[in-house]
Amino acid sequence: MTVTESPFIGGIVGESRLRHEDPALLTGESKFIDDLQIPGALWVACVRSPHAHARITGIDTSAALATDGVVAVYTGDDLADAWAAPLPCAWPVTDDMKNPAHHPVAQGKANYAGDIVAVVVAESRYAAADGLEGVVVDYEPLDAVVTMEDAETDRVVIHEDCGTNVSYVWPLVPDPEAVEAAFADATHHITETFVHQRLIPTAMEPRGVVAVPAPHNGDMTLYSSTQIPHVLKVMAALTLGIPEQKLRVIAPSVGGGFGCKLNVYAEEIICMALAQRHGVPVRWTEGRTEAAVSTIQGRAQRQTIELASDADGKLTAVRATLLADMGAYLQLVAPGVPLLGAFLYHGLYDVPVYSFTCKGVFTNLTPTDAYRGAGRPEATYAIERAMDALAVAVGVGPDEIRSRNFIPTEKFPYDSPAGLTFDSGNYQPTLDRAKELIDWDGRRAEQAERRAAGSTTHLGIGISSYVEMCGLAPSRTLAALNYGAGGWESATVRILPTCKVQVVTGTTPHGQGHETCWSMIVADQLGIDPDDVEVLHSDTAISPLGMDTYGSRSLAVGGTAIWMATEQVIDKARAIAAHMLEANADDLEFAGGTFSVKGSPDKEVPLAGVAFGAFTAHDLPDGMEPNLQAQVTFDPSNFVFPFGTHIAVVEVDEATGAVELIDYAAVDDCGNQINPLIVEGQLHGGIVQGVAQALWEDAAYDADGQCRAANLADYLVPSAAECIDMKLDHTVTPSPSNPMGVKGIGEAGTIASTPAVMNAVVDALRPMGITDITMPASPMTVRRAIEAAQGDSA
Amino acid sequence: MIPAAVDYVRADSAEAAIAALAEAGDEAKLLAGGQSLVPLMRLRLATPSVLVDIGRLDGLAGISVDGDTVGIGALTTHSALEHSADLAAACPLLAHVAAQVGDPAVRHRGTLGGSLAHADPASDLPAAVLALGGTLVATGPGGSREIAATDFFTGFLESVLGPDELLTEVRVPVSTGGWCYQKFNRRAQDWAIVGVVVAEGGAGVALVNMGSTPMRAAGVEAAVAAGASAGDAASAAADGTEPPTDNNADGDYRAHLARVLTERALVAAGA
Repeated sequence: MTVTESPFIGGIVGESRLRHEDPALLTGESKFIDDLQIPGALWVACVRSPHAHARITGIDTSAALATDGVVAVYTGDDLADAWAAPLPCAWPVTDDMKNPAHHPVAQGKANYAGDIVAVVVAESRYAAADGLEGVVVDYEPLDAVVTMEDAETDRVVIHEDCGTNVSYVWPLVPDPEAVEAAFADATHHITETFVHQRLIPTAMEPRGVVAVPAPHNGDMTLYSSTQIPHVLKVMAALTLGIPEQKLRVIAPSVGGGFGCKLNVYAEEIICMALAQRHGVPVRWTEGRTEAAVSTIQGRAQRQTIELASDADGKLTAVRATLLADMGAYLQLVAPGVPLLGAFLYHGLYDVPVYSFTCKGVFTNLTPTDAYRGAGRPEATYAIERAMDALAVAVGVGPDEIRSRNFIPTEKFPYDSPAGLTFDSGNYQPTLDRAKELIDWDGRRAEQAERRAAGSTTHLGIGISSYVEMCGLAPSRTLAALNYGAGGWESATVRILPTCKVQVVTGTTPHGQGHETCWSMIVADQLGIDPDDVEVLHSDTAISPLGMDTYGSRSLAVGGTAIWMATEQVIDKARAIAAHMLEANADDLEFAGGTFSVKGSPDKEVPLAGVAFGAFTAHDLPDGMEPNLQAQVTFDPSNFVFPFGTHIAVVEVDEATGAVELIDYAAVDDCGNQINPLIVEGQLHGGIVQGVAQALWEDAAYDADGQCRAANLADYLVPSAAECIDMKLDHTVTPSPSNPMGVKGIGEAGTIASTPAVMNAVVDALRPMGITDITMPASPMTVRRAIEAAQGDSA
Repeated sequence: MIPAAVDYVRADSAEAAIAALAEAGDEAKLLAGGQSLVPLMRLRLATPSVLVDIGRLDGLAGISVDGDTVGIGALTTHSALEHSADLAAACPLLAHVAAQVGDPAVRHRGTLGGSLAHADPASDLPAAVLALGGTLVATGPGGSREIAATDFFTGFLESVLGPDELLTEVRVPVSTGGWCYQKFNRRAQDWAIVGVVVAEGGAGVALVNMGSTPMRAAGVEAAVAAGASAGDAASAAADGTEPPTDNNADGDYRAHLARVLTERALVAAGA
């Protein structure tokens, strides 16, 4: 199907509407996991290894058991028979991928600082915390592997049964000979190496779990602060051996995830196992410092990217080689995270020849996994930083090098050299508009003036153009990537007797505003007020089918399912209306919530009349079922490919090394927009999150594998005070892959902004001979680079 | 993030607070705004046996200008300092520095006395009181004593305050000469990586986060007094310091920052 314009005619979609969710969130009415009052619940506290790598030689629980309020203490050996299977990794990217057993409570050896070695069960959260101090664990510390480069050498093999620290090597090299030939023939051969530091996702709400058993009938209800109640239900059933029909998973209000709640965590499984064992509810709430080491971390890659181009800077080949840090174990989708970027290292440029290889390794650090953008920020960073280097080599501006290489609009749908089909794109206008917003020529002139005047406050301007693949995902494509699930999404649309509407979605919002957007879509289609549409989600008893929310999939996949279900409901309502009006269904038009006979405007029936008629079923067409509802499961035919151009302007204080972001323009294209206010919000937050990687955030570890940033004083999440007003605009290039012509926007800001800022920092310093700054561009890092450059030139 | 069990006493007078301290001995801690102590307790880095809450004492909060001295009750919040018209007129430096502490929530709870008694070398206000040549009033079982700010700080989170003493008042001279606070940090809410406070055109210069205590930059003050240029005076900023190393900065970089920021502060203060 081809969509060239918005299919929405109701006047609701496309409006910037305030979020339906916010009054309850802002007044404290929404209930997060720690707000749940569960009578009689026992509390769990986790004894975590202080060592990155250590053999457990003994655990003395006697003092803990003597602590007031402590009910039980369990070691890994005590619970060895509690699990039917280790914690799951659902993405075995290669057939020979090494996947060490990851038990919820470690047995014999702790493999990162934070690995759970025992759990205390107590009558209160306070008693559980007191009990922690009474568990005495004897450790035999082992050499820790804290860098990917060290891991690769197998100097210390972390998982003896794997025999190596290399989990997998995943190549995507369609034509190796062509790659060699392209580089042999290249006029310019750019080679750049970049490191993506570890990041702590830092959702506003840390994780939490309450497992509520029904000991006599075997039911188990799991409340968890998760992005994936549906996936978690399946995985928990398999991991614990609970029959899936007995398991209900509820995600209450969830305060953000950014990918870190797209997982199956030890604490979820532990609470369920202990709830079964004790026959009462068992709960755990994560502390912020605990979260820094016990929740997955993001990025952690070392990339080498090579560009081959002709004399004009026209790319002829791209080769990317990655080393990716999995951490101590493989979490749910960790091995596949680099693969989500594997197809995008040529960016939005028309490149005939492509090569990508990723090696995933184990270290004695907190496991990594998906973090906002997951693979695509890394890919975009590599190509966009390298494009600036190519521009310098060719002797043209960073804008010009991009324009020369953009995939031409007439080539869409574009068969990419990595084997994807980019759905739709029109890249040059986003660059043109972003330059206009940022006053490109004026900024360049200002930069030249400052340089001429010898200013020590250097101006830098950085471009990042991006395309990303989201809307995860066509199930057959996922199968080809060896992913352990499908990419469909489910929706039910139900018109109630009083013409109010229930939408049941398999998406799981945790801050995105699905309730607002889904109700706008349905209200627009039905010609009713969005406030008359209630969106139900995040409880597997209410919404039994779903694949949840991640990978900017919810609108393009889940929203499409809702749109299709609503169309089916309208079709049924049309048949009933035709029966009521004694007209032919084909002769009816539906607008403003009313069916009327074309050419006979007095012959009409409102949707409310049809809804009540469908409910009473007194006079339905022969053979028609009562009620107005439809259930659709949509499996997309392709990913969607949003794109855009961001430009950052920074000032660098030569004396201190401080970098200040002073201007920012972003022009994004996510196809048709449902609620532009929410699009802007996603971009604001996403951009800041990406700027944070460039300038502030760093889950730094010391040589012993201790996280040196395990609190919000040391881990520098930016606040509103660090943010600036951003100049946002958009173009609209609908996706032909879904009937609404929509693409995702949840990760685009994060994907685009990191390289824009780092290109700006390097642009400011390039006259000194500086070509790279390691992220984050902290004042000390930048100052040291300046000193080194000035020392070299002195 | 769960503190250990602790006994709690709410004092309804300064005398009662001092008596409670005397009774509990070394294991007691005074609780005022709680912005430093409570986070340490939640991490179990501080495990006092008794908390003596002085947060609701009357008469220990307020700002009064008497001749050439500004008297500030120890329980005066940073926010009150920040927004006081009297202080803005009599000692604009102190009002400005108070506005740089933490974030608004911290400033509404945190107190001047608490910040000084905590004696954190990375805090803003101790350095400001040092640069201003302030005096601290401590009250104990035997009555009150005055302590010059320069004599107050003895080590990392340590001061001359006795275990049974309560900081009741802070006095600073009226100071309207050239001043500046250069606070260098990466986020507005953070402690200074390095901070430099200049009062009275360079007569008083103090450093934040350049050693185990808040400290005066005596070499800079002397150079300014001797008529050195801002740049020359600033070159002495890190002399005799032993700056710490953390994620943001090592000692050498801190020393460099101290020199850069001191020069900027002196220039801004008209030295």
